[in-house]
Amino acid sequence: MTTDWAGGDQEGLALIEARGLTKRFGDFTAVDGIDVEVRRGEAFGFLGPNGAGKSSTMRMLGAVSPPSGGSLRIFGLDPDRDGPAIRARLGVCPQRDLLDEELSVQENLWVYGRFFGLTRAEVRARAEELLEFAQLTERRTDQVEPLSGGMKRRLVIARSLINNPELLLLDEPTTGLDPQARHILWDRLFRLKRQGVTLVLTTHYMDEAEQLCDRLVIMDKGRIVAEGSPRDLIAEHSTREVVEVRFDVDDHADHATELQGVGERLEVLPDRILIYAGDGDAAAAALVDRGVEPLSTLVRRSTLEDVFLHLTGRTLVD
Amino acid sequence: MSAPRPQLSRLTEGPRRPLTRLDRVLGVAGYFATVSLRTWRSWVVSRFVQPVFFVLAMGFGVGGLVDRSSGGVGGVPYLSYVAPGLLMASVMQWATSESTWPVMTLLKWNQLYVAMLAAPNRVGDLILGHWLVICTGIAGGAAVFVGVTGALGAVVSWWSLLAILWAVLLALAFITPLFWVASVATNEEHFSTIFRLVVTPLMLFSGTFFPISQLPTVLQVIAWATPLSHGTELARAAFLGAPLPPGWAGHVTVLVLYAVAGAVFARRALARRLET
Repeated sequence: MTTDWAGGDQEGLALIEARGLTKRFGDFTAVDGIDVEVRRGEAFGFLGPNGAGKSSTMRMLGAVSPPSGGSLRIFGLDPDRDGPAIRARLGVCPQRDLLDEELSVQENLWVYGRFFGLTRAEVRARAEELLEFAQLTERRTDQVEPLSGGMKRRLVIARSLINNPELLLLDEPTTGLDPQARHILWDRLFRLKRQGVTLVLTTHYMDEAEQLCDRLVIMDKGRIVAEGSPRDLIAEHSTREVVEVRFDVDDHADHATELQGVGERLEVLPDRILIYAGDGDAAAAALVDRGVEPLSTLVRRSTLEDVFLHLTGRTLVD
Repeated sequence: MSAPRPQLSRLTEGPRRPLTRLDRVLGVAGYFATVSLRTWRSWVVSRFVQPVFFVLAMGFGVGGLVDRSSGGVGGVPYLSYVAPGLLMASVMQWATSESTWPVMTLLKWNQLYVAMLAAPNRVGDLILGHWLVICTGIAGGAAVFVGVTGALGAVVSWWSLLAILWAVLLALAFITPLFWVASVATNEEHFSTIFRLVVTPLMLFSGTFFPISQLPTVLQVIAWATPLSHGTELARAAFLGAPLPPGWAGHVTVLVLYAVAGAVFARRALARRLET
């Protein structure tokens, strides 16, 4: 028998287990009965456009927002009853930084550590390691306000690790960062994953999901529309390659008929036409044979964006 | 039965013995104490310099006239009469400014309430920890005030220290209802209105500068229905070494009612906004 705050925490048990998880705000259903299971050590992603219900889901997983329906267990515990015991073992990196910008970098870590009952000595030692990890050691005594967006994000991640969490929840960790700052952050998250920290993240960037996630669900309008590893999802819902064709016209639908039959499938977007094909170069060559003369032709690998487009008929980032 | 778990560091991975409510409240208080200590200069100005200016102007300026023409208020020199009134009026102002803009900051501007709730804290812990720090600062301000007015020549005794307790009780009677107001307020304009329509009139009509019995009945009713007059009665008796005024239990009850009702409403309103 375990004490009730420990939960049924055996090896191999799912850290998160949600069945029919639902969140309603008045008449609006933000999360519409999703089933999710996250196992120890994996990196799990929620991919979807803005408004898909990702953040509402994350707030429920963070044991802050009570579900409107379905069942949810985190570490085998009920968030309604054991919220503080669950949150003691979680790291949360919210979408907005939510730092005290008037305090220094290290003060932000110190005060946060005290929320977890860490002693002063524990907090100082842990903050030391985390400043190093977040590459902020040189800025430790600086006020937070003037730091760059990437540094603030790294500080938020350091803060979320202050209690040595088993499960790290990251809500759109790199939104708004420049490409270099994103790559530094991905590198840090990758290290955490290798150390065995379970990551759950939301993103609307397909490259982020492909880089970081072992397994992901694609969300649209509060529902899960597909689930699997990035590779499996692409294999299942898309072709190996894609040819992107652009014409010098206002409406690309005009050119759809002359491309009919090339590749396995066409997707007409306002600014380009996508040709889905196992062999992209062969498809591009077929265009030349037909005498089609586009402004540009680009052959690339299929991505999760294509999966999303195929499943929902819409692009991820407008 | 399970074997007892060894005492583990809080940094150890896995289940940990839950924090007690006191642990959580003290953790939150630690944050607010850090923030207050950063702005200690403004604390000194508002808690020390300004009240002293008021005591000097009212106690000696006005007091000179009052004492010469009518021998003080009910036989008490005006400086000694007005000092506890000024203390309690200052407490009301300190409590009000600490319970309005800062709450909106935490809720809306830097949203640190959200970050704090991602840790093991509950909504009740956030406000209790915050109130603890505000009340400590106000108790410190009141202690300084008692010392300074004594040094300036107002009547003080060891009973005057009881006024520190009344200062904290009065502060709570403003803090908790104002946390509720700040939790439901849509913008900060409301706070200037509170200062204009609540704080300033109460300071004028609650027995700070002259006995409430001088006022028309309507204003007397308003004075006794609101907290400041009750706090001022209690503090004045303490300053003059009474140590409890007649009807003290009634004064205490009114202050406690304001504080408790405010706390219940504030907790509920904050939970409604944060735990959705």
